[in-house]
Amino acid sequence: MNIRPAGRSAALLEVAHPAAAAAEVREAAAAAGVTLQEIVPGAETVLVVAARAGDLTRLLARLPEVAGSSPMSAGHGPEGAVRLDVRYDGPDLAAVGELTGLGIEGVVAAHSGARLRGAFSGFAPGFCYLEGLPDALRVPRLPEPRPSVPAGAVAVADRYSAVYPRSTPGGWRILGHTDTVIWDSRREPPALLRPGTVVTFRPVP
Amino acid sequence: MTPDRPNDACGRLEVIAAGLTCTVQDLGRPGHAHEGVPPSGAADAASHRLANRLVGNDETDATLEATLGGLVVRLAGGGPARAVALTGAPAPLRVAGRPAPLYAPVAVRPGDVVELGTPAHGLRSYLAVAGGVDAAAELGSRSTDVLSGLGPPPLTAGDTIPLGRPPAAAATAVDVAPTRGGGGRGTTALAVVAGPRDDRLGPGGWERLLATTWTAASTSNRIGVRLDGPALATVAGELPPEGVVTGAVQVPPGGKPVVFLTDHPVTGGYPVVAVLADDEAVAAAAQIRPGQEVRFRLAGASPARSPSGWQ
Repeated sequence: MNIRPAGRSAALLEVAHPAAAAAEVREAAAAAGVTLQEIVPGAETVLVVAARAGDLTRLLARLPEVAGSSPMSAGHGPEGAVRLDVRYDGPDLAAVGELTGLGIEGVVAAHSGARLRGAFSGFAPGFCYLEGLPDALRVPRLPEPRPSVPAGAVAVADRYSAVYPRSTPGGWRILGHTDTVIWDSRREPPALLRPGTVVTFRPVP
Repeated sequence: MTPDRPNDACGRLEVIAAGLTCTVQDLGRPGHAHEGVPPSGAADAASHRLANRLVGNDETDATLEATLGGLVVRLAGGGPARAVALTGAPAPLRVAGRPAPLYAPVAVRPGDVVELGTPAHGLRSYLAVAGGVDAAAELGSRSTDVLSGLGPPPLTAGDTIPLGRPPAAAATAVDVAPTRGGGGRGTTALAVVAGPRDDRLGPGGWERLLATTWTAASTSNRIGVRLDGPALATVAGELPPEGVVTGAVQVPPGGKPVVFLTDHPVTGGYPVVAVLADDEAVAAAAQIRPGQEVRFRLAGASPARSPSGWQ
């Protein structure tokens, strides 16, 4: 774990497994009696934001040097597992089949056969980058983003999959669609998919 | 007070003009960044808090954040006379057609119009009304988040905004506040410490960040203050996305720094080379007008980095 200062009361922790490190940060904060403002996993980091510099110092003193060096264990965190029913009828399904050489059925099998995990969020409320795609399914983003991607679109780009929580512009390649509500600000927590959540997709007709 | 019109009992504001941009703001919705939700909240939180204190509200009550003044509202409904207070950028204030003091509680009767002129300096003014602005909350906050679209939409003429029940007594602890804050004339100096990716600045980059007089671009908004000036070189492209704090000074590939305010994206792939030193610096950044000059100055040493953590 390497620690980079991110202001007087925040630090960016460089770790191998950010979701696991985030869970360890929560445990260390509880042990130190520190309330953190934010714990934000990134692709290779966890940002920790405290209210005061002293809180950050106390937290870091409690945090094991090896935090985030092992993948998330089953005992870590309340993020749970989610299975989403997907209709694989997306506008980019055929093109992804060609780009990867897997064909449509191969893409569906590879995507629905993967056990994914929420890595980090960004772009829009509830938009969670899911990691764990097979390498064979890696495709670049669209050269030009679509002006509008519908809510529930199940998409892939680079090493990630995601489900669009609401209608936004977007450049990921759309494989299908789920009717499950991904983001609801009246729900607690509002985001269905969060860093650490285990996610699988099930094809439905 | 009639039972079938409960809202009128608490009064409301009718928006006659919203100015350039006016939003409802409180202290935002921190704690949801891992779900992709920006902190949002008053860009100049110190001025927001002060406005609330002046009218006896809690600091968490919602105020109106006006950009370059121009806001005109009428107190309507069946509620009582109320105190209002204007803080932040010193927009000339008129109540019922008469000039009224800034940074002080001012009585407003039902039917009175409250009018903000254009501030001579600074950018964002905060109008607190006793009882608070009672717009619908989302994720525990009434703040408008212009990046993610959470919270109430920005105000437009013709809107009606409900007000909360005013504090029981004139609970104000302050009669008149010092007029510090709210943005100055001339060059704004922002205190910074080194950011997590200061090593992404090319040779001499840190010195140039501090030595350059930057100009705030007209594309600045609640997401961030965009700066124009000679491009800074950064080392090799994008980073894997990582968490970003309010006050982060990020350098995109074009080399023109962006100072993130409260509606900033929660994760980003461009290096954060510096971070504003404290809340006061964030409040100062929130008051920078487009076209205004900006300089960064180093605020003492950032906490020492060592193999065992921080000292």
